[in-house]
Amino acid sequence: MAGRYKSKLTWDDVTPKSAWLNRRQLIAGGAGALALGSIAGPAAASLEAQKTDYGQGLEPNTLEEITSYNNFYEFGTDKADPRRNAHMLTTDPWSVEIDGLVDNPGSYSMEDILDGVTLEERIYRFRCVERWSMVIPWVGFELSDLLNKVGVQAGANYVAFETALRPDEMPGVKSPVIDWPYREGLRLDEAMHPLTIMATGLYDAPMPNQNGAPIRLVVPWKYGYKSIKSIVRITLTEQQPPTAWNLYSPQEYGFFSNVNPERDHPRWSQRFERRVGSGLFSKQEPTLMFNGYEDEVANLYQDMDLIEFH
Amino acid sequence: MTLIQRLNIGLRRIPPWTLYFVGVIPLIWLFWLAATGGLGFEPIKELEHRLGELALQMLIVVLAIRPLYDRIGVNLMAFRRALGLVTFLYVFAHMLVWLVLDVGILSEIWADILKRPYITVGMASLVLMTPLAMSSNNLSLRKMGPKRWRLLHRLTYPAAFLGALHYVMLARGFQWEPLMYLGVVVLLLGLRLRLPRRSVVA
Repeated sequence: MAGRYKSKLTWDDVTPKSAWLNRRQLIAGGAGALALGSIAGPAAASLEAQKTDYGQGLEPNTLEEITSYNNFYEFGTDKADPRRNAHMLTTDPWSVEIDGLVDNPGSYSMEDILDGVTLEERIYRFRCVERWSMVIPWVGFELSDLLNKVGVQAGANYVAFETALRPDEMPGVKSPVIDWPYREGLRLDEAMHPLTIMATGLYDAPMPNQNGAPIRLVVPWKYGYKSIKSIVRITLTEQQPPTAWNLYSPQEYGFFSNVNPERDHPRWSQRFERRVGSGLFSKQEPTLMFNGYEDEVANLYQDMDLIEFH
Repeated sequence: MTLIQRLNIGLRRIPPWTLYFVGVIPLIWLFWLAATGGLGFEPIKELEHRLGELALQMLIVVLAIRPLYDRIGVNLMAFRRALGLVTFLYVFAHMLVWLVLDVGILSEIWADILKRPYITVGMASLVLMTPLAMSSNNLSLRKMGPKRWRLLHRLTYPAAFLGALHYVMLARGFQWEPLMYLGVVVLLLGLRLRLPRRSVVA
């Protein structure tokens, strides 16, 4: 069901593949994760994702930037830790437990999940609550495709997600940084929105481990921590599910966590952001309402006070 | 001659002013790295964090000098002024990187200082250190007199505590490292407490 989302964007806006492939060859360490499995090498690892014209005027960050500066606390709290440690994560075989209010609950292997799915490329802005941002050419499919496949039952209002918790493969979970496992959630209409994708790759190659291999959520109009990585469980629920950062500090991290320059976070003003990779003397850029996706998603929150329900 | 005596004789041969030169090397090196891509893709944040962390480490060394002398006999007292001033330089550079390179927008800076408790606390620490740095010279010592000067320089204690607290407050999630820094600072401050003498009833 690829290509449903139309806009006036062109593929020419993306960094030419040859340019980032060259850069990638310089970073053998990080890119090594991409070459895992039966894939011959980075250059051959194409997922042949269907091009979409989403991302007009956006220049994606380089693969090196996207794979070197990560928050994935299961592998350590330093931005460089995930790249250093995420190779320990076994991503094949992988299965996702889908349960709760669904017609066909059960354990779904990656093959099951990708069966009949057309992967497409989505170039999205990514905004971290810590005030840094990137533009990432994700590869994935709409979450609604998966939810329709498993059959959402009447009475389901929310979708809960859970990240793998493997102390043997995740050195960061030995420390109680948050209440493991990492959990996230969406309201059902947010989950069914065509912008919401399950991503299995980026830059037309399989997802690097540090970015949430083999399958992760991407919700571009919310702060990055909502886009949960390395998912092992999806549960359809009636009640709003508990979410990791909200449990840690509810006044800082709301359930919705929509990017909102007007909603002051206790730690950071959210009015501005800085693009990762823009250098020592770069200026901050103004943050956009819903991270620039206001036209597409504002109608989901029509009668809501977005300051109270942050 | 004990090991400590020998150590002290060796230390006496190092002129304290050399610390100023050695002290600025990491500062220049870090700026150079940040400007040339050596600090990763978010050089501003990395520079800011490294300077803050170094400042906190130096602050701990400064606080350790007195107990080292009193309890073990290692004499680093001659280096205390130079180390204190170098520490202030790093705290100040840390603040400048945040102010000029990181935030860089005047209204945002002011809002941050007032509204973000960890920034308020960090700023308070810097404000407390400023008169200490300004009076770390012989002229001030003479003018103020040793009693008042020493009293003023007790501001080191709250400044150090607030500096470590600033680090604890800005950590996302439960993290050991900032707590360990705060623990060491509290320990070094605790070593200075003298238990009140029991009053002798005649």
